[in-house]
Amino acid sequence: MNDRKEKKRKKAKPSGSSIMHQGGLMPWLFVLPALIIIFVYIAYPTLNTMYLSLLNRDSTEWATAACREGEACWGIFENYRFVFTSDVMLKAFRNNALWLVIMVPGVTAAGLLIAVLVDRVPYENLAKAIIFMPMAISFVGAGVIWKFVYDYPINPDNPEIPVIGLLNAVLVGLGQKPIPWLSSPPLINNISLMVVGIWLYTGFSMTILSAAIKGVPSELLEAARIDGANEWRVFWNIMVPIILPTITVVLTTMTIFTLKMFDVIYVMTGGNFDTNVVAVRMYQEMYVNFEAGRSAAIAVVLLIMIIPVLIYNIRRFQEQEAIR
Amino acid sequence: MNEQRRARLNKFLERIPLNLVIIILCLLWLLPTFGLLVTSLRPLQDVNETGWWTVLQDPPGIAAYEEYCGECHGANGDAIAEANLADPDFITQYRRSAQIKATFNDEYDGEIHVAEDQRPSDVQLASILETLRDNATGEGLPTFWLRNYEDVLVGYRGDDTYAEDCEAGNLLPGQRTCEFWTDITLASGSMGKAFLNTVLVTIPSTLIPIFFAAFAAFAFSWLEFKGRQVLFAILVGLQIVPLQAALLPIFKLYVEAGLVGTFLGVWLFHTGFGLPYAIYLTRNFLGSLPKEIFESVYLDGASPWTAFTKLALPLSVPALASLGIFQMLWIWNDLLVALVFLGGDNPVLTYTISNMVTSLGAGWHLLTAAAFLSFLVPMIIFFGLQRFFVRGLLGGAVKG
Repeated sequence: MNDRKEKKRKKAKPSGSSIMHQGGLMPWLFVLPALIIIFVYIAYPTLNTMYLSLLNRDSTEWATAACREGEACWGIFENYRFVFTSDVMLKAFRNNALWLVIMVPGVTAAGLLIAVLVDRVPYENLAKAIIFMPMAISFVGAGVIWKFVYDYPINPDNPEIPVIGLLNAVLVGLGQKPIPWLSSPPLINNISLMVVGIWLYTGFSMTILSAAIKGVPSELLEAARIDGANEWRVFWNIMVPIILPTITVVLTTMTIFTLKMFDVIYVMTGGNFDTNVVAVRMYQEMYVNFEAGRSAAIAVVLLIMIIPVLIYNIRRFQEQEAIR
Repeated sequence: MNEQRRARLNKFLERIPLNLVIIILCLLWLLPTFGLLVTSLRPLQDVNETGWWTVLQDPPGIAAYEEYCGECHGANGDAIAEANLADPDFITQYRRSAQIKATFNDEYDGEIHVAEDQRPSDVQLASILETLRDNATGEGLPTFWLRNYEDVLVGYRGDDTYAEDCEAGNLLPGQRTCEFWTDITLASGSMGKAFLNTVLVTIPSTLIPIFFAAFAAFAFSWLEFKGRQVLFAILVGLQIVPLQAALLPIFKLYVEAGLVGTFLGVWLFHTGFGLPYAIYLTRNFLGSLPKEIFESVYLDGASPWTAFTKLALPLSVPALASLGIFQMLWIWNDLLVALVFLGGDNPVLTYTISNMVTSLGAGWHLLTAAAFLSFLVPMIIFFGLQRFFVRGLLGGAVKG
């Protein structure tokens, strides 16, 4: 009996099972169209971007051509000298780091908190839909929503000019002066932008973590409660260790989202007032400054930053396949 | 009995803080979007003069009128015959607040009309005058209207509204025809046209990758071929390659092929970057189907093609639906790809809105209406098909 069950389970795994039609041309007819498109649109261009990053601004010569006598030069890696030493790029990197440090844990913690809280009320689905809704609308739209919240009066010293931005109206109501949230460098405006990011992405982390929480066996939680553990300890000592793999997924995914952050910053500040980030910088180098080489170099650096997560994802996938 | 009730009451009281926290969080989350919706329905004069949260209060002119003039001129302004402020003929004599200000220095019964230190400020005076005029002529602005939506749909940018300018014949010929349905589809900068373009981008960009992904996912889960495992592992990795990495070479390619600004170019780009996740998600679903059903069809002598079309495809409809909704929202909301490959040639919603923001050509009344217009389709899809959407999200890692 047991033996048969075992056999059945082995058979059920799709990978490596040999029941299907083997070899031949047929399988390739199924996969090739997709693989060709992926090659043309992802694999080849990515390699090509690496090559372009070694060329000059209009991709006609090696990047060395941009070097000037008496100035620092990194040879064909001249574009990378710009990426790693120029003031604008260093600022963009600093901002991206700031986003990573604040937004990734922020979104994960907020999502986890809300997921745990709404798990205990009967209107869970409604509450979740409300928190999740920002994910359904465009980041551009979210930018408009929050630009309006942050609106700053044209002449803040004149008390008769009405304050129509919600946040500044609250400040004025409390007897404070309004703050130009989006143009106060370097911390206030960056944090104002990150609030938008957290508002957007908390629904995402909440949904994924909520599903994981529902997967925690309730007997385990009950047993701990009967043993006298309070909710705080049940959460930290039982729930968190069990859903840790899911928390890791959320953290890594958020890391990628954050590194690629584009729309919110592009719409709300255009990267001005020291809020620029790598993805916006890449766009600007290409379509505003017409510096193809620099733009490509930024894309390559962005890709390299993501590679650790990429490798981690493949490993995790292979582990999952092995136990399937 | 009594004790039971007390226990229930205690339990209820204990849960109040939890419910309070959740409700406050939900309200906080809704508040910004709610403000946007309210603003998009208000006349532009009101939007610039008062915060959206005051929408149900009296306009500021009424309060100021009562403070400075109410005592002498009565609550509705008709208490003194020679200065019947409720009379339209009388009040329209005063086109500007400066004129009324001048009358403050006139003498009445040997005294100055309004003493220097009791006069309303210029801003207050202006809103008093406007309120009085509205009251007298009965032409006051409504609290809510839909004209902002009309304006953004035809791409109107002006000081009044599209309807007013059309009525007065103030629109330059060639700009707008004042035929609503013509302007909506043809006028440059119109959200109507952008809406149409977004639909034209979104539908094929959703269907094409799903089509190819279904085939590939079937092979990856139920057909045997060399390098299957390795290829699939590569696909898993490719899911998160940032599309920035491909932007430049594809753009150069498109310039040569004349695909910049065309829908075809965008469809194909979205297909390329949508495929890895689409294949991954569909394979996860197909692979979890019981093996026996495939065995039985093969025993009946069916080819892989039959197994795919007759069995795998119908069974994976729910998975493909989740995928479709996910991909659709992704593309509907995309800015970067539309910005690079379509730009102003075939402007989509996100592009048009971001242009309105950065060029500062539009006031909040238009911007909020435009943004809310772009939310309509995602909101309907999201609230109508939430189940599928969440499944698409939970089905695997997350696409780039």
